[in-house]
Amino acid sequence: MRKQSKAPIVHISKRSALPWYHAWAIRGAAILLALVACAVVTTALTGEDPIGVYKTMFAGAFGTQRKAWILGQNLAILLCISLAVTPAFKMRFWNIGGEGQVLIGGLATAACMILLGDKIPNWLLIVIMIFASIAAGAIWGAIPAICKAKWSTNETLFTLMMNYVATQLVAFFVIVWEVPKGAGKIGIINQTTQAGWLPQIGSYKYLLNILVVAVLTVLMYFYLTRSKQGYEIAVVGESERTARYVGINVGRVIVRTMLISGGICGLAGLLLVGGTDHTITTTIAGGRGFTAVMVAWLAKFNPLVMVFTSFLLVFLSRGASEISTIYGLNHSFGDILTGIILFFIIGSEFFISYRLSFLKHTKKEG
Amino acid sequence: MENKTAAVQMRDITKRFGTVLANDRVWLDIYKGEILALLGENGSGKTTLMNMLSGIYFPDEGQIFIGGQEAVIRSPRDAFGYGIGMIHQHFKLVDVLTAAENIVLGLKEPGRLNMDAVAKKVKAICDTYGFDVDPNQKIYNMSVSQKQTVEIVKVLYRGADILILDEPTAVLTPQETEKLFAVLRNMRDAGKAIVIITHKMHEVEELSDRVAILRHGQFVGDMLTAKTNAQEMTNMMVGRPVTLNIERPDPVDSKPRVEVKGLTVRDMEGTLKLEDVSFTINSGEILGIAGISGCGQKELLESIAGLQPVEKGSICYVADDGTREELVGKDPLRIADMGVCLSFVPEDRLGMGLVGSMDLTDNMMLRSFRKGKSFFTDRKKPRQLAEKVVKDLEVVTPSVSTPVRRLSGGNVQKVLVGREIASAPSVLLTAYAVRGLDINASYTIYDLINQQKKAGVAVVYVGEDLDVLLELCDRILVLCGGKVSGIVEGRGASKPDVGMMMTRLGGKKNA
Repeated sequence: MRKQSKAPIVHISKRSALPWYHAWAIRGAAILLALVACAVVTTALTGEDPIGVYKTMFAGAFGTQRKAWILGQNLAILLCISLAVTPAFKMRFWNIGGEGQVLIGGLATAACMILLGDKIPNWLLIVIMIFASIAAGAIWGAIPAICKAKWSTNETLFTLMMNYVATQLVAFFVIVWEVPKGAGKIGIINQTTQAGWLPQIGSYKYLLNILVVAVLTVLMYFYLTRSKQGYEIAVVGESERTARYVGINVGRVIVRTMLISGGICGLAGLLLVGGTDHTITTTIAGGRGFTAVMVAWLAKFNPLVMVFTSFLLVFLSRGASEISTIYGLNHSFGDILTGIILFFIIGSEFFISYRLSFLKHTKKEG
Repeated sequence: MENKTAAVQMRDITKRFGTVLANDRVWLDIYKGEILALLGENGSGKTTLMNMLSGIYFPDEGQIFIGGQEAVIRSPRDAFGYGIGMIHQHFKLVDVLTAAENIVLGLKEPGRLNMDAVAKKVKAICDTYGFDVDPNQKIYNMSVSQKQTVEIVKVLYRGADILILDEPTAVLTPQETEKLFAVLRNMRDAGKAIVIITHKMHEVEELSDRVAILRHGQFVGDMLTAKTNAQEMTNMMVGRPVTLNIERPDPVDSKPRVEVKGLTVRDMEGTLKLEDVSFTINSGEILGIAGISGCGQKELLESIAGLQPVEKGSICYVADDGTREELVGKDPLRIADMGVCLSFVPEDRLGMGLVGSMDLTDNMMLRSFRKGKSFFTDRKKPRQLAEKVVKDLEVVTPSVSTPVRRLSGGNVQKVLVGREIASAPSVLLTAYAVRGLDINASYTIYDLINQQKKAGVAVVYVGEDLDVLLELCDRILVLCGGKVSGIVEGRGASKPDVGMMMTRLGGKKNA
């Protein structure tokens, strides 16, 4: 006997192309659905009023002027690291070493501040800091790239391992430079003289970082979409064979791109250490080297869209921590809500690429 | 035909991909004891239609009746349940397993697997139809034609009595094709229903009992092969009268352009791919390269293009003024910098010649984007070129901003050839330029190649269809296992001789 199958009920087919407003309507609907799902989970698990929770979340991100500035600062740093990993990812070079490249850039900055602070004019110190941090990050990024270009090593493992090396280096130098001896941390560097502190614009502590990253976003957009180097990156990413066929030196493009990628990560380290924190710890990057990967993917490697995706992630994390403090909940609860919202947003991309239709099987007279 | 039973009846079958209508209310009957040739241009929906029969796609509308009963085919497993088996263009075999292991792979039979019994059953199938398969041979040790045989036996082992073959002869030599046809005829005589998809008219005429023709996703008609001819079938496929002659103008002012001497090439694993290959490519002439696939054609072209490390030998470019330049040891960029304008249409169009996810404009500038000192790219000229190629070569595309991956095979090839010709080359290398293209697109490509020849370009045409090679080329170099088996004049060469040279060095029977 032959096994009879029923006709499928749902039919998945690829969409040709959606007008942009349609795609954004789907994304908007996903966020709404996510909020509804979060509300159900919140009420079921904690019994709190979901609207209140959302208000708290919003207040956590924008509640006061100070909170809004912190949001802007976090956004700027996350966006900066995302911009850094984007050229590498576009080249299909899986740089998950953003964390280490930021740390090493920060370490270089701290080293300049500690060793050269008050010994040379402040403007010269800052110039040296800029060069040192970018160079350190670039070298950290280029090492796996050179090995990949020469011996086709696996860049994912390599960049990941470089993170641990960077963390250990920072841990080592924290002990070397610890103030006071035995404290196990460096503390604020040059607190009295403020040597090597990046200049503050007016009374806004974070404005400089935000402006630097804003300029960088525009530059990166044009670099990737308009420049010859950006075009080479796209070709190498799509097919190394094609790149070789048209005479692109694949190894050179890989190393050059990773110099840029690592260099911008180093710059993020500079902004963190020289611009805002004025100290260095092993956790200064705070996992943003990995979050940046998600930001870049969500934005499909478009630097302008990354402004929104990094905003979303920063907003969620700030809001989540606010919920846990106000309601006295475990911090994991905020993470649960963040997870639900991200799930819906990433899931909505499926409905943008594909269409589901419900099949009607009506018999026709044949 | 009326006295035969219809094994499959497809009624009002419609399938859409996005906004593209791949099949539009198609009616098709497949009979037992008959070989049906399914004809149509690229993108006319032949493969889509057959994929719905073999369970890869599910029709949007319409019904399929098998043996008079309505059937619902949702997966290849369902298709096997109805006795339908498809042999795809790209084989789906596991290299490290033996023939017998591949044949039973995925079958859920109760009890322990008894490989001896399997081997016996495979043997029985082979004996019935005249196949030549060793059940215990590993796939990676097999030739393309043996792999194909395994695919067919696999389908028969599962009890298929309706067989669909998608372009089965594309990878076979003339001798192997003959063998395949003999087997297919045996199966037909044993009462099986056979459908073959092919672009080669002479095969349709030789093998099939009936032809069915699709055009733009619609069923145009079917007829007995004996009562029609290649010209009529082609006209029906294209929808207007077409001429089926390949032009071969005599070479004018032919001079040596590239001299290859003692070329020896090893691949990454150290296997000898080309051994002591010497020949000359002349300007204003088409040099054909014939050979079973994998005989060093790819390495030969890539060596000339500067993409393949060469172990020994020289490749010398002779400019119009007689100056000579060595190409060995130089990469494509340095070759271009020397002023040698060399165009190369590689076999792997989307994996090497073009970037699938980029649009036509961006693909046009692959070769030329470095020009100029500006840090930024100039997209204006590539855009104009893309528009010109679309217009001149009648590329079917929504716009020049469409990713080339979305185009059909023939249109992809036109984009690639259009770009390569646009740079006004002095040497044009083409690998399987018409593979997978329908008649109409193929003749467009032959015309383009001939125009280049008339413009004095030295053309190398690596092909697999011997009939075309013999009609198009001025000289034919036959490769056999990486060595030159012989070079013959295209005019007056006989097909069996060339076929013999492909399998034996020098083509002598006593070799």
